Amino acid sequence: MSDDILRIRDLRVSTDTGVELLHGVSLELERGEILGLIGESGAGKSTIGLAAMGYGRGGCRITGGEVQLAGKDLASCTRREREAVRGARIAYVAQSAAAAFNPAHRLEKQIIEAPLYHGLMTEAEARAWMVELFTALGLPEPETFGRRFPHQVSGGQLQRAMVALAMACKPDVLVLDEPTTALDVTTQIEVLRLLRDTIRKYETSALYITHDLAVIAQVADRLVVLRHGQEVETGPTQQILTAPREDYTRRLVSERQASLSAPAGAAHKTGQELLRVEEVDATYGKAPVLSGIDLSVKQGETVAIVGESGSGKSTLARVVAGLLPPSRGRVAFDGAALPPSYRRRGKDLLRRIQLIYQLPDVALNPRQTVAEAIGRPLSRFQGLTGGANRAEVLRLLDQIGLPAEMADRLPGALSGGQKQRVCIARALAAKPDLIICDEVTSALDPLVAEDILRLLRRLQDELGITYLFITHDLSVVKRLADRTVVMQKGRIVEEAETDRLFAAPAQAYTRGLLASVPQLDPGWLDSVLTAP
Amino acid sequence: MLTLIAKRAVLGVFTLWLVSVLVFAGTEILPGDVAGAILGQSATPESLARLRAELGLDVPALQRYAEWLTGFVQGDMGRSMASGQPVADLLWPRFWNTMALAAYAGAIAVPLAVGLGITAAALRGGIFDRVSNVAALAFVSLPEYFLGLLLVLWLSVKTGWLPSLADTYDGMGLAAWFRATTLPMLVLVMVTTAQILRMTRTTVLGVMDQPYVETAFLKGLRNGRVVLRHATPNAAAPIVNVVSFNIAYLITGVVLVEAVFNYNGLGRFMVDAVSRRDLPLVQAAAMIFGGVYVFLNMVADIAAIALNPRLRHPRGKEA
Repeated sequence: MSDDILRIRDLRVSTDTGVELLHGVSLELERGEILGLIGESGAGKSTIGLAAMGYGRGGCRITGGEVQLAGKDLASCTRREREAVRGARIAYVAQSAAAAFNPAHRLEKQIIEAPLYHGLMTEAEARAWMVELFTALGLPEPETFGRRFPHQVSGGQLQRAMVALAMACKPDVLVLDEPTTALDVTTQIEVLRLLRDTIRKYETSALYITHDLAVIAQVADRLVVLRHGQEVETGPTQQILTAPREDYTRRLVSERQASLSAPAGAAHKTGQELLRVEEVDATYGKAPVLSGIDLSVKQGETVAIVGESGSGKSTLARVVAGLLPPSRGRVAFDGAALPPSYRRRGKDLLRRIQLIYQLPDVALNPRQTVAEAIGRPLSRFQGLTGGANRAEVLRLLDQIGLPAEMADRLPGALSGGQKQRVCIARALAAKPDLIICDEVTSALDPLVAEDILRLLRRLQDELGITYLFITHDLSVVKRLADRTVVMQKGRIVEEAETDRLFAAPAQAYTRGLLASVPQLDPGWLDSVLTAP
Repeated sequence: MLTLIAKRAVLGVFTLWLVSVLVFAGTEILPGDVAGAILGQSATPESLARLRAELGLDVPALQRYAEWLTGFVQGDMGRSMASGQPVADLLWPRFWNTMALAAYAGAIAVPLAVGLGITAAALRGGIFDRVSNVAALAFVSLPEYFLGLLLVLWLSVKTGWLPSLADTYDGMGLAAWFRATTLPMLVLVMVTTAQILRMTRTTVLGVMDQPYVETAFLKGLRNGRVVLRHATPNAAAPIVNVVSFNIAYLITGVVLVEAVFNYNGLGRFMVDAVSRRDLPLVQAAAMIFGGVYVFLNMVADIAAIALNPRLRHPRGKEA
């Protein structure tokens, strides 16, 4: 017990409007230990991480309990005392380094600022330490890397530089808030390894916050499972993964291994070709983003397009939707040529191809009620007005599993998963043949995403809709897609039946991609890294 | 980045040309003409026609525009129709008067307003923030001639500290000039400071919500340092914009203040020229005003480009 570097007792945090976010959480962090905080969004993970630094985001305050960092209570000490500890003895690694670095300053200026400000090192010492960290973190040209501005380095490099920023004062404790979530899988694996090795090398303690069990399994010694601002259970990583005591933890663990085993409703598969993309090139300005894309999608089928950011998968979706006319090639829909721009597509064609977006918050007009959002395509495409419109809205809500009283709510009063269901209902209202799903589950918590996938699958069984499923998440692909297309740098690398692709990928790139998906097994990271 | 700046400069020249078209077209459709204004009641159709021919008003508008523009580009602004003197001789002294007053007010208002705005943002919600906010709102909402009259009442009529009229003349001493122009300067400072202050505060506060400001706080930095080092550099471009907008106002929008203090500036000059239908004077003054606006906006845009680290240090090039 005496070796605890951080001890949180009965911590309560409230917003400035009096809503309590944390209802008395307690945890201990030993020296050199990595403690994982896991849970869905809204569970209070980040709030705990920031409270450990005596900081509240956007007016949040610590209203009860204590935060003992190396014997000093950050909840009750003065502001000056808190500021003296922050950055120096406990430091923060944010989810999005791209947003967390100040765009106006060079990296080195930001990294050596804290040690100089706190008077912990001379400028020469701080620089030397920064270069050592850059080297440990595998950054290119560590001597001069700091001369760059944040926008001049890649996302993976910036995330590593963020770790250097946090380690600049040689703190006792690091708070890592989803440090790899914004990265591509292949980048994540590299950052994850360096992160873990760096923390171990300098014997730093860490609070590691994430919603991804498989990621945390690779780095954490112990786990705290959180839900609704309360602790669900705490235990060694191995025990939580293999023998969870609480029902909620069991659901979290089993979701990772879940699969929608039943094959899609074969009844609707006519084998007829619905969408055909031939030799399509596309550019943004002068930069080529797609080259020579050939793709065929059959009626009632789900085709997944996977790839890392920059692979052109979303651009392909935009080409099919008519938002970005291709610079070369043809797109045909249901046997007839599809006009390149949506502006030249007739009302019926527009109706038959619908799009669902990644961020339901942005895709819904905040001033329109659910009934208005869903009712608009009904009146435009089917001419339904008044009572008939209302009845159809309620039928659709029932179909997507939302209660009828949701109809008159504004999007602000819905959860993320509910909003995405409304977006699906809005697409269904047009009675489409093809729905393009662009990362529709990426912004959702795992258990909610699971529900959305089940819903999409059921709708396909019932209505025979064809899906073009754009995603970077291979576990989603495995559960939903009949066929999978792998894209890299604007080209199709490989295309196969999903089962075959996962069992025997033909291309090295696909193999790398598949191997990069984190597994629940805590030994996975080491096994991947030692594999040839 | 240089290409961007060059593009912006070309756009500025193009805008200036558009201004010239509008100015010329605008003065063309002004009711009445200078011949009518000069001859007044005694005009007969014959004498009007003779005077028009004399003044060159019978030539087609397009041709007059071409001649006027080529003359203007070469610095020849034509002659006043009313007095026959070269426009340049009449206009430039007034222009420098206006510039002197604008410089006097701007040199005080800009640093004051930006400083107060940043301070208000740093002390968000505190007494200083609230008082400066209310005061700024009051100054923005009071008409400038009313502010001017209030100042005259207090600082001139009641106390006799400063002269109520800003009479300036050639060869007056520097001290006398400052004394004469301090009252109009104060009015201008109040009005512009209020606007720049509010805009600076809003912009800096907008940046304060950015994640990198949180990063700075989590380094344990004090509030003042976070505001100055981390928030303000990222708020610079909008601040430069509102500053240049206000300087443009100081040069082109001060006709009321000039009237209240009887100051011999370009604004009153133009109003007088309009009432006399002295088109060359009106056109020249309008072009000067348009040019000042276009120039200052261009400077603001170029500053915004130059202040953007993404454009200053493009990707792929080392430091």
